[in-house]
Order: sequence, then structure tokens, then C-alpha cells
Amino acid sequence: MPKDGGIGASSKRREDVRFLTGNGNYTDDINKRGQAHVFFLRSDVAHGVLKSVDTAAAAAMDGVVQIFTGADFEAIGGMPCGWQVTDKNGEVMQEPKHPVLAHGKVRHVGEPIAAVVADTLAQARDAAEAIVVEIDDLPAVINMKNAVKEGATKVHDDLTSNLCYDWALGAENKDAVDAAFKNAAHVTTLELVNNRLVANPMEPRVALGDYNRSDDQHTLYTTSQNPHVIRLLMGAFVLGIPEHKLRVVAPDVGGGFGTKIFHYQEEAFCTFAAKACNRPVKWTSSRSEAFISDAHGRDHVSKIELALDADNNFTALRTDTYANMGAYLSTFAPSVPTWLHGILMAGNYKTPVIYVNVKAVFTNTVPVDAYRGAGRPEATYQLERLVDKAAHELKVDPIALRRQNFITEFPYATPVAVEYDTGDYVATMDKLEEISDLAGFAARRKASEAKGKLRGFGVNCYIEACGIAPSNLVGQLGARAGLYESATVRVNATGGLVVMTGSHSHGQGHETSFAQVVAEMIGIDENMIEIVHGDTSKVPMGMGTYGSRSIAVGGSAMVRATEKIIAKAKKIASHLLEASESDIELKDGAFSVAGTDKSVAWGDVTLAAYVPHNYPLEDIEPGLEETAFYDPSNFTYPSGAYACEVELDPETGQVTIERFSAADDFGNIINPMIVTGQVHGGLAQGIGQALLENCVYDDEGQLLSASYMDYAMPRASDLPMYDVDHSCQTPCTHNPLGVKGCGEAGAIGSPPSVVNAVLDAMRSGGHDIGHIDMPVSPSRVWAAMQKS
Amino acid sequence: MYNFDVEMPSTVADAVKAMARDEAQPMSGGQTLIPTLKARLAAPSVLVSLTGIDEMKGVCMDDAGRLCIGGATTHARVAAEAAAHYPALASLAARIGDPAVRNRGTIGGSIANNDPSACYPAGALGSGATITTNKREIAADDYFQGMFETALEEGEIVTEVKFPVPTAAHYEKFLQPASRFPLVAAYVAKFGDGVRVAITGASNNGVFRWGEAEAALGANFAADAVAGLAVDATDMISDLHGTAEYRAHLIGVMTKRAVAAIS
Repeated sequence: MPKDGGIGASSKRREDVRFLTGNGNYTDDINKRGQAHVFFLRSDVAHGVLKSVDTAAAAAMDGVVQIFTGADFEAIGGMPCGWQVTDKNGEVMQEPKHPVLAHGKVRHVGEPIAAVVADTLAQARDAAEAIVVEIDDLPAVINMKNAVKEGATKVHDDLTSNLCYDWALGAENKDAVDAAFKNAAHVTTLELVNNRLVANPMEPRVALGDYNRSDDQHTLYTTSQNPHVIRLLMGAFVLGIPEHKLRVVAPDVGGGFGTKIFHYQEEAFCTFAAKACNRPVKWTSSRSEAFISDAHGRDHVSKIELALDADNNFTALRTDTYANMGAYLSTFAPSVPTWLHGILMAGNYKTPVIYVNVKAVFTNTVPVDAYRGAGRPEATYQLERLVDKAAHELKVDPIALRRQNFITEFPYATPVAVEYDTGDYVATMDKLEEISDLAGFAARRKASEAKGKLRGFGVNCYIEACGIAPSNLVGQLGARAGLYESATVRVNATGGLVVMTGSHSHGQGHETSFAQVVAEMIGIDENMIEIVHGDTSKVPMGMGTYGSRSIAVGGSAMVRATEKIIAKAKKIASHLLEASESDIELKDGAFSVAGTDKSVAWGDVTLAAYVPHNYPLEDIEPGLEETAFYDPSNFTYPSGAYACEVELDPETGQVTIERFSAADDFGNIINPMIVTGQVHGGLAQGIGQALLENCVYDDEGQLLSASYMDYAMPRASDLPMYDVDHSCQTPCTHNPLGVKGCGEAGAIGSPPSVVNAVLDAMRSGGHDIGHIDMPVSPSRVWAAMQKS
Repeated sequence: MYNFDVEMPSTVADAVKAMARDEAQPMSGGQTLIPTLKARLAAPSVLVSLTGIDEMKGVCMDDAGRLCIGGATTHARVAAEAAAHYPALASLAARIGDPAVRNRGTIGGSIANNDPSACYPAGALGSGATITTNKREIAADDYFQGMFETALEEGEIVTEVKFPVPTAAHYEKFLQPASRFPLVAAYVAKFGDGVRVAITGASNNGVFRWGEAEAALGANFAADAVAGLAVDATDMISDLHGTAEYRAHLIGVMTKRAVAAIS
């Protein structure tokens, strides 16, 4: 029997009532009396010396309040980077200045040069067109490998080169790795590109700055996944506003996918300008602006090698990756190809020694940072393509080769710095073979061939590190922040609860699933619990939502706070029941004395806390409100096995996904329906990367895929009905809920199986091409088949 | 977008008068023009909307057996009302864009714009349609003159398109994955006196007739008849979504499939 509430119930998402009826309150829905609008004049060249910005004519135009340029921000801090990576020689990364508005040079198409604040957006835009900008073009630095060559044009003149860092993981194993390759019975080598993506959340970014002169209070309304992080970064590092004078509100947010983690110039500008102009200042990104100002994702070029012994056991792995940083370091950019990527290179396999090398490179492109999965999809894609290639080179079954090399004993310390607490990769692979109907594939292939189509089956495994992360560990790794989470549980007199969480929901359904956890713990109806997030004036310091961390870290903080509530409520109940505290039991929302029929309802206890007439005032304070901060002791390690089945039209190269199966181990699950939805969304983005999405610059640094006319988003018609299963559950051993997180799995786990399936289909048609880069577009497939 | 005046004439005569204003721009649905205006890539002083002109709307058969579609008739209406008379053309209309586009976009707007990847130019050229304007009648063969270029003169308005109805026809399109416009599409129409094949999406010169295929299919109307024909890739579009060679290849595949769908 499915539960109808609490942990494990597929409770309907309460937030959908407002979303589906058009009653959401998004940042753009917020308007302040007297607000002005800002239009950013953005660079249309990728690289050049900014000779002059003449705003005189524009400033005199109708409705213009004030025009700002880089010079106005000279005395103000630049955009900070939240993670400092140390390279393989012990040197810290090269960290360029990142101005709020371009100063001295422009470094990518879309970089803001001037900001026009006017009464209306149209006036601001008209005036922006009257600004005269003089730029001396410089050669654009686009190709990463060329960018790090001797004598290459530098993106940042004050840095020694375009190399941000040359980082390694497993340096102590380097000799052992090289030796294993020398002694290998077989070596499989693969060079591949992990295509650059644009996140494209449905809601574009918006910022609204407000300033109250009477109490010197700044407020920023913004489309953020982590308002406290924005408050800290912007307040402390950019504008010099202390936290108590700065409120950051991220109300309903229409999708983030990572690109709304980061602190952006437009947020700092609107906050700054609201005070400078003494009126609220609002910016709403257009979709076109989003393409050239939202941080992009992925963009790795890798060479990866696997050594195997004569029995097909993996003996060593070696990778060499170039990771594009873009023109500046976005907030968490340096961490993505290093600590979110290198540490996953063991995957699901007991490869004894691994060496990972990553070179991060500056180019004249939009900054690149975390996008759903962030580093882990890049790791998974390399490894799972490589293992598949090895299987075909060795003429062994790709599933059998994987099974043979699976890690089977936990905890397992990988050679790349992390320890997996739990997992059962055999179980998820067994489940995958069942739900994907592997046994029926041969018949389905035959049916496709009868229609003149090729059919392919591809699998992959994945492991991810979620629930980021132990603060002391990430501190050692270069994070300039802690990565705990907070929760305050406020119980009201009549028994209802408000939970203020530092996690932020922008599609994840926290308002429903978080309430389920607290309801389960107390034994009350979910509807007695309200979840509040996204406002620094209401919620204690929190780190926000990314890296599938909300339930694992935010949920754990909420559990700890609720435990404190229950402990105090038991004290009150023991007083009301005149019984020993140790005899008090909480069940189904009532406190009872063990072994008796004496009980007191939840609501009577909460009332007593606020009307303490009969109350142990000498022992405890009135009121019932508790806060907890939770700092995880390890990452969590969701894992799984995915299978994709494609049909390929050999005449056109068109690939269609006929089946997609996902067997995941997320540990314990709070709301199975929401988890399934998260997997569905992740799969759409992973399949989008594999088949459709591609962010492409030309040699001059112009973005060729700058609108939906050329940037192909996945649509419902591109996707099959998924077979999703999360019944394999090995609970996390180190957090109170035993949860692992599910938000990114679909995007991490799906690209390799899509490509593996396409290559399988091509092989069945006699085209053994070894590898094809994403997106596997019809034209690429056709061209590859012409050559083989 | 920049500011502009809007005129909503209710007759062709009033539309012509409005078009005489300085920097006037006709709009017949606006599915291309509105995004262009929003991006500030055009700055007309007056927009003359043609979709309020009743005499330019509707689908009917004339005495010569031609399907006549008013220039301001939406794709959705053609899809619904032409199906009984000319199913291949109705099917083309039914597959343009998405429902929002089909309920705003019009045939006149489409062929006046002559986007090299639009669907209607293939239908009109493939059918040997006659384009009627407020001034004259123009044969499709003379009307489509290159990428975004037509025989229309300044201020001239497409009031009607008349389609001879072939004995059989089919429109086969291969979608560009992002825009979902045709990457390449073929319109094949079989008449009593010959076969017409029009190709859209492929050429730098816009929609064109594929003469070799027409000749081959005229002699033997079978999918195999075009199998051996190669298309020269020289003038084909090459972009993110496909090389010139790929497009040239797809011309053959789409044409073959269109023929197969008919026969």
C-alpha cells in the first residue's frame, strides 16, 4: 500500500497549485514604486581594447536617469570567485580581475560595457544605442589548445598566460599509472569533446535593486538558487555592504540548473544603482541576452586512456582534459573540472590507480561554470564511453566488462580522494537489464531492420558525488565558503509549523517533500507545515541548492532542528502528564506515557509552550523554536545504470530514441513521484546534450548558436516514455535520512548511453567508427557513415 | 522594438493607400517580422497589417479547378479547409511551425518573405501556382527570385495564391533540429502533363525546381527513378546543422520519399 503522507508518499506538489494557476511570484512579478529600468550595452566583439565610451549624447535623451560605465566601478570591488584551485606544482590558480562593467578591455561578446538607467526600458534601450563605443579589435582567443601555446594572444594582459591552472589528481600515483600502461595487455584510448551548453532555464535572470535611505537598507530581489551566498559575495566582496544592511530575496525561481548559483554583474549593478539613483532599478534579461550573459556549461576537450590486463581487469586510468573557463572566472568555475570532476574518475570501477590532469583555460567566450551535474557528467561521459570502446576493441560484452570491474565492497576508498559509503552496482545493473528488456532487444532490432532502420542498444553506469560537502574538506580543496545547511523550525501556539530552510527550491518541490519529512517525524498532517525559503531576512545563513544537496544537507539540518523541537516538546509533555521524560513517547502527533493510556496531543503541548501557565518554567524557556546547522561528513554517492535504445535512419542519419531506462540508487526516498520527475527532467537535459544542444563560437568569438533558431533544445517529441526505477536503495550511512540526492542523476547518467547506442546502431550497419562527438546530429551521423 | 504606427485596413484598396506612406511595412501575421522588430533589426515607421482584410481571407475552388487561397489566410485555416481539395497542400500547412504560428502566420506573409527554409514557397513552386497581387498575376516560376527575394515591387501586396491541383502530391520535410524549419524539404506534384519538384531549405538561392528529378519522374514516376541522381552541392547552404553535401544528399532522399508516399 502506498503511503498517503510522510516519508515515502507520493504527495502531490503543493507548490504546483500556484505555478499552474499563474499565481507564482517570480522576480519579474515584483515591481517597486518609482522603479527605473536598466539596459546593458553589451560588447558585440569578443576581444578588444576599450578606447572610449562616450555617453554624452545618450545622457541627454528622454527619460535617462543616469548612465554608468566601467569607470564608475573602478573604486569598487570586482566579481569574486568562490573557489581557489591549487595547481599540480602547488601554485594557486591565476585569477583575473572581473569588473562589474568592462574596463580597459572587452573579453567576450555580451560583456556589459555600459548600463543605462531610465524611466522605461525602451528609453534605456534607445539611449544605449546613442552611446558611442570605440574598440580596437584584438584577435579572439577561442580554441583552448591554441590559447595555451607559446605566444598566444592573452585574454588578460596582467596574467602570465591563458592557463588558469594545470591541476592534477593522483600525482602520487603517476609513476604507477605510467608503469601499468607499459605493462598493459590492452590500452584503449579515446579523444572526445564534451560540448558546451547553455542552461536555458524557462525563467530568464532578473534583478531588482531597492534602497531605503531612511534606514540605509539595501534589498536585492534576484533569480538565485542561493540568496545568502549572493548576499555574502556581493555584500562583502563587491559593494562593501554588511549583511545586516543587505537583504537578498529569491522568490519563486523558474528553473536554475546551476546557472543561477553564481553572482552576476547585473545583481551587483542593480543593488549599487538603486542607491546611486535613489530609486529601485530593475533588469530583466531577454532570452537573447541570456545566451551571451548566463554562465555556460561543460566545454571540455579530453584524452582518456584505460589500461587492462590480459583478463580484462582495469589496471590504470589516465586523463588529460582542457576545460574552458571562458573570459572570467565565474563563481564556482574552478571547482567544476577539478574537485567535481577528477574525484569521480574511478566511476563504478575498482581501477587501482588513476591520474587526472586538467588544464583550465581562459578564452574570449562567456564564462563557463556549473550546469546540472557540473563536472560529474564530463567524468561519466569520458569513462563510460571509454569502457564501451574497450569492450568493443576486446570483443567482449560491454555489460560483462563493466560487471567484471565493479566495486562490490563498501565503504570503498577510490584512488581519487573520495570514499564511497554505500552502493550496489550489481543490483542496479540487474534492474536495468530487467526494465530495459535487454532480452527482447534482438527482436526489436530485427523489426527495425525490416523497416530499413538500424537499431542500437547502449548502456552506461554512473556514480556522482552529491550532498556537497564537508566544510573542512572543501576548505582544504580551495572553497572560499562552508557548505553546511541550516534550518529553523518554528512551532506556533496552535501546533502548526514553519520551517525556514537555507535550501532553495526552484523546481525541486521542497515545499512538499520537506514538509513530508517533518510530518513523519512528529506524526502530524503535512498541511500543518509550511516551508519558507529564499529570503535572507527570514532564513538563517544557508548555502542554497545545487549539487543535489538539498535533501541530503538541507533535509538533515531540518531533521536536526526537528529533533531538538521534539526533545523540548517531550519535556513539556512530561510536565503536563506528570511523568518521567524518559517514559514519554511521540506517536501519531500525540505524547503518551509508555505503558499507560495517558496522553497529551501535539497541539496541547505547543499551546503550553506559548501560554506557559502550567509549564516547567524553572527548567526550560517558553516557546518552541529551534535552529540547526548541519555539516555533512562526506559526499553522498548516488549511482545507477542507464540504457538507451535508438533507431537510426541510415539514409538521413536521423537518430530517434525509442526507449530509455534508468535504474538509480538514491538511497532512501522521501517522495517517489518527485524523484521520478527529477530523473525525467535530468534525462531530458542529458539527451538534449547528446542529441541536440550545442553552443558554438566561430573563430572571431561570435556565438553562432545565439537563439532557439540555432540552439536546439530538446522537446517532448524528441523523448521517449522513460522506464525509471529507483527501487534499488542502499541508504547513505552518514546522514540522518539515509538519502543521497537525485537532481542531477538523469543529466549525468544519460549522455554516454545515448552515444553508445548510436555507435552500436552504426556498427550493426557495418560502420565501426569508434567514436562520434555530441551532439549526435543527423548531419554528423551521416558524414561519419560516409567515411566508414 | 522601436515605436511605429499601425494601420489596420479592411480593404485591399486601403492597404495599398497605407503602403504609400513613408517607410511602410506590410505585415501578414508577423511570424518573422515581429521577432525581427523585437530585435530592433527593422525600423518601419508604419506597420500595415493585412490580416483585417476580409477579401484576402478564405479558401475556395475557382471555375478552372484551382484552389484559391486568400493572401491573409492563416496556415491553420488552410490546413482545415484545403484538405478536401488539395490534401498535400493542406498537410504542408498543417506542419508549419506550431499551433501558435499556424494561427497567426499566413500564406501571403510566407511567400512574400520567401525565407529560403520556408514551406509554402515549395508548395507554390511545386504546384506551379499563380501569385495574385493588387497589381497583377505572377507565375510561381517567375515569382521566387532568390533568398528572401521575390518579383514583388515596393508596396505590392499578395492578395491570393491560385494552386492548380495535381493528380497527386506530397511534401516531405526533414527538420532542422533547432528551428524546426525544413533543413531540406521536397514538394513533389504529379500532373497529367508532367511532374514538378520544388526544393526548399537547401539552396543559397532559395526555393528551386529540381529539373533532373522532374524529367526522370516524368518518364518513370517511381522512387527508384531519382535514386541515381546526384545534386551538385556548390550552391547549397552550409551551416551548424548540415554541410552543403549533406543538404545535397537530403534533396535526393526527401524527393524519393515524397514520390514513395504518392506511389
